[in-house]
Amino acid sequence: MAEISMREGYGKALAAYGAVNPNVIVLDVDTSASTLTHFFAKQYPQRFYNIGIAEPCMIDVAVGLALSGKIPFANGFSALLALRALEQIRTCVAYARTNVKIAASYAGVSDFKDGPTHHSIMDIAIMRAMPEMTVIVPADANEAGAWVPVIAEYDGPVYLRISRAATLPVHDSTVTVQIGKGITLRDGGDVTIIAAGSMVGRSLLAADQLAARGLDARVLEIHTIKPIDAPLILQAAAETGAIVTAEEHTILGGLGGAVAEVLSQHHPIPLEMVGVHDTFTRTAPTTEALMDAFCMGVEDICSAAERVIQRKR
Amino acid sequence: MYFHPDSQIIKLQEHARDLRLDSLEMIHRRQAGHPGGSLSAADIVAALFFHKMRIDPQNPAWPERDRFILSKGHASALLYAALAQCGYFPHEDLRRWGELDCHLQGHPDRLKTPGVDMTAGLLGHGVAVGVGIALAARMDGLSFRTYVLMGDGECQGGIVWEGAMVAAKYRLANLTAIVDFNNVQLDGTVHDILPLEPLADKWRACNWAVIEINGHDMRQILQALDSADEIHDRPTVIIARTTKGKGVSFMENKSHWHGVAPNDAQLAQAMAEIKGAGYHG
Repeated sequence: MAEISMREGYGKALAAYGAVNPNVIVLDVDTSASTLTHFFAKQYPQRFYNIGIAEPCMIDVAVGLALSGKIPFANGFSALLALRALEQIRTCVAYARTNVKIAASYAGVSDFKDGPTHHSIMDIAIMRAMPEMTVIVPADANEAGAWVPVIAEYDGPVYLRISRAATLPVHDSTVTVQIGKGITLRDGGDVTIIAAGSMVGRSLLAADQLAARGLDARVLEIHTIKPIDAPLILQAAAETGAIVTAEEHTILGGLGGAVAEVLSQHHPIPLEMVGVHDTFTRTAPTTEALMDAFCMGVEDICSAAERVIQRKR
Repeated sequence: MYFHPDSQIIKLQEHARDLRLDSLEMIHRRQAGHPGGSLSAADIVAALFFHKMRIDPQNPAWPERDRFILSKGHASALLYAALAQCGYFPHEDLRRWGELDCHLQGHPDRLKTPGVDMTAGLLGHGVAVGVGIALAARMDGLSFRTYVLMGDGECQGGIVWEGAMVAAKYRLANLTAIVDFNNVQLDGTVHDILPLEPLADKWRACNWAVIEINGHDMRQILQALDSADEIHDRPTVIIARTTKGKGVSFMENKSHWHGVAPNDAQLAQAMAEIKGAGYHG
């Protein structure tokens, strides 16, 4: 486990960046003690607005701030932002192309204890369908923090997906990220595992296990689901001939869907998708148990890799 | 509060008349649009664009300009007519409203049309977006005012009241909402579809200052807009009692004319009635 959760990495980075960029304004919906924007709120109370439990309203207020040249970070739970505030995001953020950063916390199944109402397993599919939206899924706490200045300095709408949990650490504190540029974490020639978010760490573990079984897996981190790094994916497709996608999300329309769109149009090869299989999840004692129970375990990645390698032969 | 001479009132009434004429011609030409709510809000829009708001059509992005959000975005013909008559873009653009390569969209689009401060169309966003603009003005020490023009039916949506509560929390005295309360919506009268009354009490309960006026009495409109400037501890809503389809006998108070375009004969009669209307200073 990482030393700190992804939300803590994000929250602390946001507070630190507040000193650098006075245009950054932070909004929350009575969840600052959960999203950990309270670090920012404590340091910059004059630039923090707690809107109350009203996600659609928070998005619209953020839009107004952006219209006046501010860089608002709108924080809340992913399930509420992607579902309840969706029309605000579509009309006033994406269509009106306002410079709003949506930091969607408690994403995936990371709010294990609160159950399926709070789980967010379709947000990537929703946000990815939206013109003008950039969709970013960090792998760990360090990477979540690294995105804060990058998305603040990018001019346009961004959906940043933050886990409540401490995901397996992938990056050290010096990690640098670039919108739309995937990261090759491990080279390999038999199969490529393309992962995002908490599944990146799990995919690296899977690659170790596959190596022990004599299979050489490449691991790509595609943190930017949109715009997706098609050249990196197509290079992996050409060089390894088989791909597994892995995400803490439904396999419908998320990272797997995005990769399938690239492959099917440009370089059709066997693809297996690891993620939630079109079902609602359950309450569980830990995020890890929940991920294992809903087809997102390390072994799920390994068996998908073995299956897809079989298919290419 | 300023004194408004009769000459000024009459001039603004003439502007309102011209806005009504342009709106109807636009809707007729396109055979699409929303005449009822454009006619009901014409006096309010005339007062704002030709008198009250500090705006510079040559510099639509002027940071200190007053902001205008047409939250009832379906009255886009009225807004486009006002922007054209102010000089934001050539008046002949109005003739091309809705064409594929025209900047004038079905509903206002801030990225395409000069002078449109915020994209609108789906109802309910104006107050909450206005909150964000007003907060930014306060942070930047700018004295401009943000005006939000809403429909009455729009107040049936919860997002309006979310925004209202936040505006009150931050005591946004630089935010003025105007409800075009014509009491008619698409399917019928507001009191039949979903009653709003007592609407003034609802806004007062949200800690807004409330001014109730006849939304077709130009002097009352100007006085209400001035009065809002004198309220320094809370946002103000002007509840303007209006007539849907105002100025056209067969359109007045008819929900049918919410979103239906007049035919040639209807347009001719409507134009004649509006041109023939007398003024009451």
